[in-house]
Amino acid sequence: MSDFTNPVEPFLRTDRMPHIWCPGCGIGTTVNCFARALIESKIDLESLALVSGIGCTGRVAGYVKLDSFHTTHGRAIPFATGLKLANPKLNVVVYSGDGDLSAIGGNHLIHAARRNIDLKVICVNNLIYAMTGGQTAPTTPSHAITSTSPYGSCEPAFNLPHLVEAAGAVYVARWTTFHVRQLARSIAEAFNKKGFSFIEVISPCPTLFQRRNKLGDGLDTMKYYKEKSKVKHGAPTSEVGMTMTGEIIVGKFVDRDRPDYQTMARAQLAESLGDRFVEQAEMVCS
Amino acid sequence: MKADPRGVLTGVHFLDGDHACCEGALAAGARFAAGYPITPSTEVVERFAARVPTVGGTFIQMEDELAASITLQGAVWGGAKAFTVTSGPGFSLMMEHIGYAAMTETPCVFVDVQRGGPSTGLPTLPAQADMMQARWGSHGDYEIIALCPNSPQECFDLTIKAFNLAEEFRVPVMFMMDEVVGHMTEKVVIPPADQIEVVPRRHTRKPLGEYLPYQTNGDMVPEIAHAGEGYKFHITGLTHDERGYPNMTPQVQDKLVRRLQNKIRNAADRIALYEEENLQDAEVVVVSYGITSRVAQRAIEMARAKKLPVGKLRLITAWPFPETKIRELSAYVKAFVVPELNLGQMVHEVERAAAGKARTFAVPHAGGSVHHPEDILKAIVEASR
Ligand SMILES: Cc1ncc(C[n+]2csc(CCOP(=O)(O)OP(=O)(O)O)c2C)c(N)n1
Ligand code: SF4
Ligand SMILES: [Mg+2]
Repeated sequence: MSDFTNPVEPFLRTDRMPHIWCPGCGIGTTVNCFARALIESKIDLESLALVSGIGCTGRVAGYVKLDSFHTTHGRAIPFATGLKLANPKLNVVVYSGDGDLSAIGGNHLIHAARRNIDLKVICVNNLIYAMTGGQTAPTTPSHAITSTSPYGSCEPAFNLPHLVEAAGAVYVARWTTFHVRQLARSIAEAFNKKGFSFIEVISPCPTLFQRRNKLGDGLDTMKYYKEKSKVKHGAPTSEVGMTMTGEIIVGKFVDRDRPDYQTMARAQLAESLGDRFVEQAEMVCS
Repeated sequence: MKADPRGVLTGVHFLDGDHACCEGALAAGARFAAGYPITPSTEVVERFAARVPTVGGTFIQMEDELAASITLQGAVWGGAKAFTVTSGPGFSLMMEHIGYAAMTETPCVFVDVQRGGPSTGLPTLPAQADMMQARWGSHGDYEIIALCPNSPQECFDLTIKAFNLAEEFRVPVMFMMDEVVGHMTEKVVIPPADQIEVVPRRHTRKPLGEYLPYQTNGDMVPEIAHAGEGYKFHITGLTHDERGYPNMTPQVQDKLVRRLQNKIRNAADRIALYEEENLQDAEVVVVSYGITSRVAQRAIEMARAKKLPVGKLRLITAWPFPETKIRELSAYVKAFVVPELNLGQMVHEVERAAAGKARTFAVPHAGGSVHHPEDILKAIVEASR
């Protein structure tokens, strides 16, 4: 036996392997990048919590060796909000799918960005509802074939970076699963931001999206990402919408500072209440 | 453990039920609430929003009840005692997260100040028509605890009880108020903190590496850890084993779901709270709860003035249903009269527990006002024949 251990292994619940993801799926690649970002940023793992919703991506919570919460469909962000507000010392990561975060959970996404809750959101966008068999999502490009749009989707797709920038996010980036180093760096960078950070990862679902749309397998998708991605840091997010087979604009689009929710809340209360304001004690009620 | 004096507004007050509920939550140690405004419940969180920053805690108004009902659970896993407050339409939206709290054994309190339904119904007027929803509203087999106060004083006292039960059993507790109780103002006595018993969280003391989130040591209720303490635990709404890991086998499902049920069912007699009067010589027993119990009181007095042998059983715990008590009574009483501000909900439980040994008379009312005592009296007279 080789004594080689994968450097990301200490971050995983190896007792839960093998994982449920299909061969060629991009979700595992993103987890690898996430683990590398943890190494790179030397973040304290004990104060790091990860919250997922429901979906193939939602299963990430079950595989990372962290305090991890697999919540309900669409509600990872409000759960994470409660966790962060009750214990501000926690670093809270939300790791979920495009459908979870932008369809059923879309309202929470925009409001958390508006409030600037200090959360790091990693959105694995496979352009589809994968776990339930490949139905149309708000991110599905026009004309794509899905199980519920067998003749092609007629709806325009969400441009998520544009949406979250408009709602108030302080950090917005997009990469594909081809851009592993850049993605890991972005995640590490987001850990150094205070406020609502959003990283979109365009990721293949060869089993359901690529196959139905005759876009080849996982490897063909990597080729597509490689050839059609253009790095444009600071690109106006209004111009980064995606099409089925067109260019994918990637990069860091937004990096700005504004006070996060808890900073604003404390300032407001301290100003209005003066001496009567009592700092939230550590809540642990054991 | 005694209450933290910082949250206890000791003294004699005139408060409405909503405000008293808020004070109860603060006295119980709640330092986090997430809410979304809805009549007739909003006063609870309005007061909490004003009070909690002077005590050290957080209120956040979320974008909807779907959010509020899970934000509070995030706060619990962050170490807080937390609750949310709503009324019918919002309660309907919260159902998935009541199931999540039951499944993940998240101790927390859901306050429902009931108004007339279905749908938008009667926003400013009372009903007691969410009683079955409180018990069965989320999918799957699970158990909750539900309490029904009938005065502002009880809104204070029983809110503390609700938090205590939530911690003891690691279960979501439904606090089932109604519009009249929520909005009536009465004297509320808040005792000194050292006279208020508060149940601490069942926090684990196990060393890292030895803790399993859903291991129970015989007493059915596992110990809890909070995020950030180094345990690196996993929590999921999927069926899970003692490690908290998903497991999709019928065996693990059976073990888990039965435990979730039995940890409450086996303790039902201990959890059961009720008030009784004149049951020894009663032939007819009026079973009521919440605001209706105060109208029923009047009807019972009128009946006793007519020399009718009527007793009173006021349910304080609605769920788990105190069926032992009903079973005992049905061995010797002729009938139960069950007035409620709905078209028949808890009456089905009374009928089930009575098991044909005593007759059951519903006194239904669709809500929007309280009963006329005469209507309850009429049922008592009929039941005594
Ligand atoms: C309330 C609710 N509605 C629907 C579902 C079914 N469901 C599970 S996962 C999912 C879609 C997930 O899509 P996405 O978030 O994009 O994750 P992916 O599987 O693509 O990673 C749906 C609709 C559910 N679990 N809960
Ligand atoms: S269905 Fe798609 S998203 Fe889900 S694991 Fe398989 S490839 Fe990945
Ligand atoms: Mg998806």
